[in-house]
Amino acid sequence: MNHEQLQSELLSIRHLMERSAKFISLSGLSGILAGCYALIGAALGYREVYGFSSKIGYRDHYVTEDAVLVRLVIIASVVLLLSVGTAVWLSVRKGRKQKQGIWNPASRGLLKAMGVPLVTGGLFVVIMIARGTYGLVAPSCLIFYGLALVAGGQYTYSDVKGLGILQIVLGLLAACLPGYGLIFWSLGFGVLHILYGFIMYFKYDRRIA
Amino acid sequence: MLEHFDKAFENRVRLQIMAVLAANERYDFNALKELLEVTDGNLASHLKALEKVAYIRVNKAFVGRKTNTSYEASEKGKQAFAKHLETLENLIKQQKK
Repeated sequence: MNHEQLQSELLSIRHLMERSAKFISLSGLSGILAGCYALIGAALGYREVYGFSSKIGYRDHYVTEDAVLVRLVIIASVVLLLSVGTAVWLSVRKGRKQKQGIWNPASRGLLKAMGVPLVTGGLFVVIMIARGTYGLVAPSCLIFYGLALVAGGQYTYSDVKGLGILQIVLGLLAACLPGYGLIFWSLGFGVLHILYGFIMYFKYDRRIA
Repeated sequence: MLEHFDKAFENRVRLQIMAVLAANERYDFNALKELLEVTDGNLASHLKALEKVAYIRVNKAFVGRKTNTSYEASEKGKQAFAKHLETLENLIKQQKK
Protein backbone atom coordinates (compact mmCIF):
# COMPACT_ATOMS: atom_id res chain seq x y z
CA MET A 1 0.00 0.00 0.00
CA ASN A 2 1.31 3.43 -0.79
CA HIS A 3 1.06 6.50 1.35
CA GLU A 4 -2.19 7.88 -0.10
CA GLN A 5 -3.94 4.52 0.09
CA LEU A 6 -2.97 4.06 3.73
CA GLN A 7 -4.12 7.52 4.64
CA SER A 8 -7.47 7.19 2.89
CA GLU A 9 -7.93 3.79 4.51
CA LEU A 10 -7.35 5.24 7.96
CA LEU A 11 -9.64 8.18 7.18
CA SER A 12 -12.44 5.92 5.98
CA ILE A 13 -12.23 3.85 9.17
CA ARG A 14 -12.39 6.97 11.33
CA HIS A 15 -15.31 8.23 9.26
CA LEU A 16 -17.14 4.92 9.63
CA MET A 17 -16.69 4.97 13.42
CA GLU A 18 -18.13 8.47 13.56
CA ARG A 19 -20.99 7.63 11.21
CA SER A 20 -21.94 4.50 13.15
CA ALA A 21 -22.11 6.25 16.50
CA LYS A 22 -23.64 9.58 15.54
CA PHE A 23 -26.91 10.57 13.98
CA ILE A 24 -25.73 12.71 11.09
CA SER A 25 -28.98 12.97 9.16
CA LEU A 26 -30.04 15.90 11.32
CA SER A 27 -30.52 18.83 8.98
CA GLY A 28 -29.57 22.41 9.76
CA LEU A 29 -32.65 23.50 7.83
CA SER A 30 -34.92 21.96 10.46
CA GLY A 31 -33.28 24.22 13.05
CA ILE A 32 -33.88 27.30 10.90
CA LEU A 33 -37.53 26.38 10.30
CA ALA A 34 -38.14 25.46 13.96
CA GLY A 35 -36.77 28.88 14.90
CA CYS A 36 -39.16 30.57 12.46
CA TYR A 37 -42.17 28.66 13.81
CA ALA A 38 -41.14 29.63 17.34
CA LEU A 39 -40.89 33.33 16.45
CA ILE A 40 -44.29 33.29 14.72
CA GLY A 41 -45.73 31.45 17.72
CA ALA A 42 -44.19 33.96 20.10
CA ALA A 43 -45.68 36.86 18.12
CA LEU A 44 -49.12 35.24 18.23
CA GLY A 45 -48.68 34.59 21.93
CA TYR A 46 -47.66 38.19 22.50
CA ARG A 47 -50.83 39.36 20.76
CA GLU A 48 -52.92 37.06 22.93
CA VAL A 49 -51.45 38.41 26.14
CA TYR A 50 -50.66 42.04 25.44
CA GLY A 51 -53.05 42.79 22.58
CA PHE A 52 -52.51 45.67 20.21
CA SER A 53 -55.39 47.88 21.22
CA SER A 54 -53.78 49.59 24.17
CA LYS A 55 -50.64 51.61 24.58
CA ILE A 56 -47.35 49.79 24.72
CA GLY A 57 -46.62 48.45 28.15
CA TYR A 58 -50.23 47.95 29.12
CA ARG A 59 -51.65 44.49 28.90
CA ASP A 60 -55.09 43.85 27.45
CA HIS A 61 -55.16 40.43 29.04
CA TYR A 62 -53.40 38.40 31.66
CA VAL A 63 -52.19 34.84 31.40
CA THR A 64 -54.43 33.99 34.31
CA GLU A 65 -57.54 34.21 32.12
CA ASP A 66 -58.55 30.71 31.11
CA ALA A 67 -59.37 31.53 27.46
CA VAL A 68 -55.96 33.16 26.98
CA LEU A 69 -54.24 30.24 28.66
CA VAL A 70 -55.94 27.70 26.40
CA ARG A 71 -54.95 29.65 23.27
CA LEU A 72 -51.35 29.94 24.48
CA VAL A 73 -51.15 26.21 25.11
CA ILE A 74 -52.59 25.53 21.64
CA ILE A 75 -50.06 27.86 19.98
CA ALA A 76 -47.18 26.25 21.87
CA SER A 77 -48.36 22.74 20.95
CA VAL A 78 -48.68 23.62 17.27
CA VAL A 79 -45.16 25.11 17.26
CA LEU A 80 -43.82 21.95 18.93
CA LEU A 81 -45.59 19.57 16.53
CA LEU A 82 -44.54 21.54 13.44
CA SER A 83 -40.92 21.67 14.62
CA VAL A 84 -40.69 17.95 15.40
CA GLY A 85 -42.52 17.08 12.18
CA THR A 86 -40.19 19.22 10.09
CA ALA A 87 -37.10 17.77 11.79
CA VAL A 88 -38.24 14.19 11.14
CA TRP A 89 -39.22 14.92 7.53
CA LEU A 90 -35.93 16.68 6.70
CA SER A 91 -33.92 13.94 8.44
CA VAL A 92 -35.63 11.27 6.36
CA ARG A 93 -34.81 13.27 3.23
CA LYS A 94 -31.18 13.83 4.20
CA GLY A 95 -30.85 10.20 5.28
CA ARG A 96 -32.02 9.09 1.86
CA LYS A 97 -29.37 11.26 0.21
CA GLN A 98 -26.73 9.73 2.47
CA LYS A 99 -28.16 6.28 1.74
CA GLN A 100 -28.77 5.73 5.42
CA GLY A 101 -32.02 5.03 7.21
CA ILE A 102 -32.96 7.26 10.09
CA TRP A 103 -33.78 4.35 12.38
CA ASN A 104 -30.38 3.13 13.52
CA PRO A 105 -28.52 2.65 16.82
CA ALA A 106 -27.40 6.30 16.76
CA SER A 107 -30.89 7.73 16.33
CA ARG A 108 -32.22 5.35 18.99
CA GLY A 109 -29.49 6.54 21.35
CA LEU A 110 -30.34 10.16 20.53
CA LEU A 111 -34.03 9.67 21.31
CA LYS A 112 -33.29 7.77 24.53
CA ALA A 113 -30.84 10.40 25.76
CA MET A 114 -33.17 13.30 24.99
CA GLY A 115 -36.31 11.51 26.11
CA VAL A 116 -35.71 11.56 29.86
CA PRO A 117 -35.09 15.31 30.29
CA LEU A 118 -37.75 16.20 27.68
CA VAL A 119 -40.53 14.11 29.22
CA THR A 120 -39.57 15.21 32.74
CA GLY A 121 -39.55 18.86 31.67
CA GLY A 122 -42.81 18.51 29.75
CA LEU A 123 -44.61 16.96 32.73
CA PHE A 124 -43.11 19.54 35.08
CA VAL A 125 -44.39 22.38 32.89
CA VAL A 126 -47.86 20.81 32.67
CA ILE A 127 -47.93 20.44 36.46
CA MET A 128 -46.91 24.09 36.91
CA ILE A 129 -49.67 25.23 34.55
CA ALA A 130 -52.22 23.00 36.27
CA ARG A 131 -51.25 24.47 39.64
CA GLY A 132 -51.49 28.01 38.31
CA THR A 133 -47.85 28.95 38.79
CA TYR A 134 -46.92 30.40 35.42
CA GLY A 135 -43.85 32.41 36.38
CA LEU A 136 -41.30 29.69 35.72
CA VAL A 137 -42.91 28.00 32.71
CA ALA A 138 -40.76 29.70 30.07
CA PRO A 139 -37.46 29.29 31.99
CA SER A 140 -38.28 25.62 32.65
CA CYS A 141 -38.95 24.97 28.95
CA LEU A 142 -35.53 26.43 28.09
CA ILE A 143 -33.65 24.65 30.89
CA PHE A 144 -35.08 21.17 30.28
CA TYR A 145 -34.76 21.52 26.50
CA GLY A 146 -31.14 22.60 26.98
CA LEU A 147 -30.46 19.59 29.20
CA ALA A 148 -32.00 17.32 26.56
CA LEU A 149 -29.74 18.81 23.87
CA VAL A 150 -26.62 18.40 26.00
CA ALA A 151 -27.54 14.76 26.65
CA GLY A 152 -28.40 14.11 23.00
CA GLY A 153 -25.33 15.93 21.68
CA GLN A 154 -23.32 12.82 22.33
CA TYR A 155 -25.24 11.03 19.59
CA THR A 156 -25.14 13.70 16.91
CA TYR A 157 -23.09 16.73 15.78
CA SER A 158 -21.31 18.17 18.81
CA ASP A 159 -22.66 21.65 17.96
CA VAL A 160 -25.96 20.49 19.46
CA LYS A 161 -24.26 20.36 22.88
CA GLY A 162 -23.24 24.02 22.56
CA LEU A 163 -26.78 24.97 21.61
CA GLY A 164 -28.01 23.10 24.71
CA ILE A 165 -25.68 24.97 27.04
CA LEU A 166 -26.81 28.32 25.62
CA GLN A 167 -30.47 27.32 26.12
CA ILE A 168 -29.73 26.44 29.76
CA VAL A 169 -27.99 29.80 30.32
CA LEU A 170 -30.95 31.65 28.78
CA GLY A 171 -33.35 29.63 30.93
CA LEU A 172 -31.48 30.51 34.12
CA LEU A 173 -31.36 34.20 33.13
CA ALA A 174 -35.09 34.09 32.41
CA ALA A 175 -35.68 32.64 35.87
CA CYS A 176 -33.84 35.64 37.38
CA LEU A 177 -35.87 38.19 35.42
CA PRO A 178 -39.57 37.52 35.90
CA GLY A 179 -41.90 39.05 33.32
CA TYR A 180 -39.50 38.64 30.41
CA GLY A 181 -40.27 34.96 29.85
CA LEU A 182 -41.60 35.42 26.33
CA ILE A 183 -38.54 37.40 25.23
CA PHE A 184 -36.14 34.75 26.51
CA TRP A 185 -38.34 32.03 25.07
CA SER A 186 -38.17 33.74 21.64
CA LEU A 187 -34.41 34.20 21.94
CA GLY A 188 -33.88 30.54 22.84
CA PHE A 189 -36.36 28.67 20.68
CA GLY A 190 -36.39 31.26 17.89
CA VAL A 191 -33.12 33.13 17.43
CA LEU A 192 -30.73 30.43 18.72
CA HIS A 193 -32.39 27.73 16.58
CA ILE A 194 -32.08 29.87 13.46
CA LEU A 195 -28.45 30.75 14.28
CA TYR A 196 -27.41 27.15 14.94
CA GLY A 197 -29.47 25.97 12.00
CA PHE A 198 -27.45 28.23 9.70
CA ILE A 199 -24.14 27.19 11.27
CA MET A 200 -24.96 23.50 10.88
CA TYR A 201 -26.37 23.96 7.41
CA PHE A 202 -23.18 25.58 6.14
CA LYS A 203 -20.93 23.19 8.07
CA TYR A 204 -22.54 19.87 7.14
CA ASP A 205 -25.44 20.06 4.71
CA ARG A 206 -24.01 21.93 1.76
CA ARG A 207 -21.45 19.21 1.11
CA ILE A 208 -24.18 16.72 0.34
CA ALA A 209 -26.78 18.97 -1.27
CA MET B 1 6.28 -3.91 9.16
CA LEU B 2 3.52 -5.74 7.34
CA GLU B 3 3.81 -8.82 9.52
CA HIS B 4 2.44 -6.71 12.39
CA PHE B 5 -0.86 -6.52 10.58
CA ASP B 6 -3.54 -8.61 12.20
CA LYS B 7 -4.63 -11.53 10.00
CA ALA B 8 -8.21 -11.12 11.21
CA PHE B 9 -8.29 -7.64 9.68
CA GLU B 10 -6.96 -8.57 6.28
CA ASN B 11 -10.49 -8.46 5.02
CA ARG B 12 -11.97 -5.00 4.70
CA VAL B 13 -15.45 -5.88 5.96
CA ARG B 14 -13.97 -7.45 9.09
CA LEU B 15 -11.99 -4.32 9.81
CA GLN B 16 -15.10 -2.23 9.26
CA ILE B 17 -17.15 -4.39 11.62
CA MET B 18 -14.46 -4.01 14.26
CA ALA B 19 -14.38 -0.24 13.77
CA VAL B 20 -18.14 0.03 14.31
CA LEU B 21 -18.04 -2.18 17.40
CA ALA B 22 -15.11 -0.22 18.82
CA ALA B 23 -17.10 3.01 18.52
CA ASN B 24 -20.34 1.62 19.92
CA GLU B 25 -21.34 -0.35 22.98
CA ARG B 26 -23.21 -2.80 20.75
CA TYR B 27 -24.63 -2.95 17.24
CA ASP B 28 -27.29 -5.22 15.81
CA PHE B 29 -27.07 -7.32 12.69
CA ASN B 30 -29.48 -5.34 10.54
CA ALA B 31 -27.95 -1.99 11.43
CA LEU B 32 -24.50 -3.33 10.54
CA LYS B 33 -25.82 -4.66 7.25
CA GLU B 34 -27.35 -1.32 6.34
CA LEU B 35 -24.30 0.68 7.40
CA LEU B 36 -21.72 -1.47 5.60
CA GLU B 37 -23.93 -2.19 2.58
CA VAL B 38 -23.19 -5.91 2.48
CA THR B 39 -25.38 -8.98 2.01
CA ASP B 40 -26.71 -11.15 4.84
CA GLY B 41 -24.48 -14.11 3.99
CA ASN B 42 -21.39 -12.01 3.55
CA LEU B 43 -21.84 -10.23 6.87
CA ALA B 44 -22.69 -13.43 8.71
CA SER B 45 -19.53 -15.19 7.53
CA HIS B 46 -17.30 -12.30 8.55
CA LEU B 47 -18.99 -12.06 11.92
CA LYS B 48 -18.41 -15.80 12.39
CA ALA B 49 -14.74 -15.35 11.65
CA LEU B 50 -14.39 -12.56 14.20
CA GLU B 51 -16.32 -14.59 16.74
CA LYS B 52 -13.96 -17.52 16.21
CA VAL B 53 -10.91 -15.47 17.21
CA ALA B 54 -12.94 -14.13 20.17
CA TYR B 55 -12.76 -10.50 19.00
CA ILE B 56 -16.51 -10.10 19.29
CA ARG B 57 -19.32 -11.43 21.46
CA VAL B 58 -22.80 -12.31 20.29
CA ASN B 59 -25.96 -11.42 22.18
CA LYS B 60 -29.23 -12.95 21.12
CA ALA B 61 -32.40 -11.41 22.41
CA PHE B 62 -36.03 -11.80 21.52
CA VAL B 63 -38.05 -8.81 20.42
CA GLY B 64 -41.55 -10.23 20.30
CA ARG B 65 -41.16 -13.35 18.24
CA LYS B 66 -38.20 -12.17 16.17
CA THR B 67 -34.65 -12.71 17.27
CA ASN B 68 -32.55 -9.64 17.52
CA THR B 69 -28.86 -10.48 17.32
CA SER B 70 -26.42 -7.86 18.45
CA TYR B 71 -22.66 -7.85 18.67
CA GLU B 72 -20.13 -6.24 20.93
CA ALA B 73 -16.36 -6.06 20.84
CA SER B 74 -14.47 -8.10 23.42
CA GLU B 75 -11.55 -6.61 25.32
CA LYS B 76 -9.22 -8.67 23.16
CA GLY B 77 -10.89 -7.40 20.01
CA LYS B 78 -10.70 -3.77 21.11
CA GLN B 79 -6.99 -4.11 21.84
CA ALA B 80 -6.33 -5.82 18.51
CA PHE B 81 -8.21 -3.07 16.68
CA ALA B 82 -6.35 -0.30 18.52
CA LYS B 83 -3.06 -1.98 17.70
CA HIS B 84 -4.02 -2.29 14.06
CA LEU B 85 -4.84 1.43 13.85
CA GLU B 86 -1.55 2.24 15.56
CA THR B 87 0.33 0.12 13.03
CA LEU B 88 -1.39 1.96 10.19
CA GLU B 89 -0.51 5.32 11.72
CA ASN B 90 3.11 4.35 12.26
CA LEU B 91 3.36 3.17 8.71
CA ILE B 92 2.08 6.52 7.45
CA LYS B 93 4.54 8.38 9.67
CA GLN B 94 7.45 6.28 8.43
CA GLN B 95 6.57 6.87 4.80
CA LYS B 96 6.47 10.60 5.36
CA LYS B 97 10.16 10.67 6.36
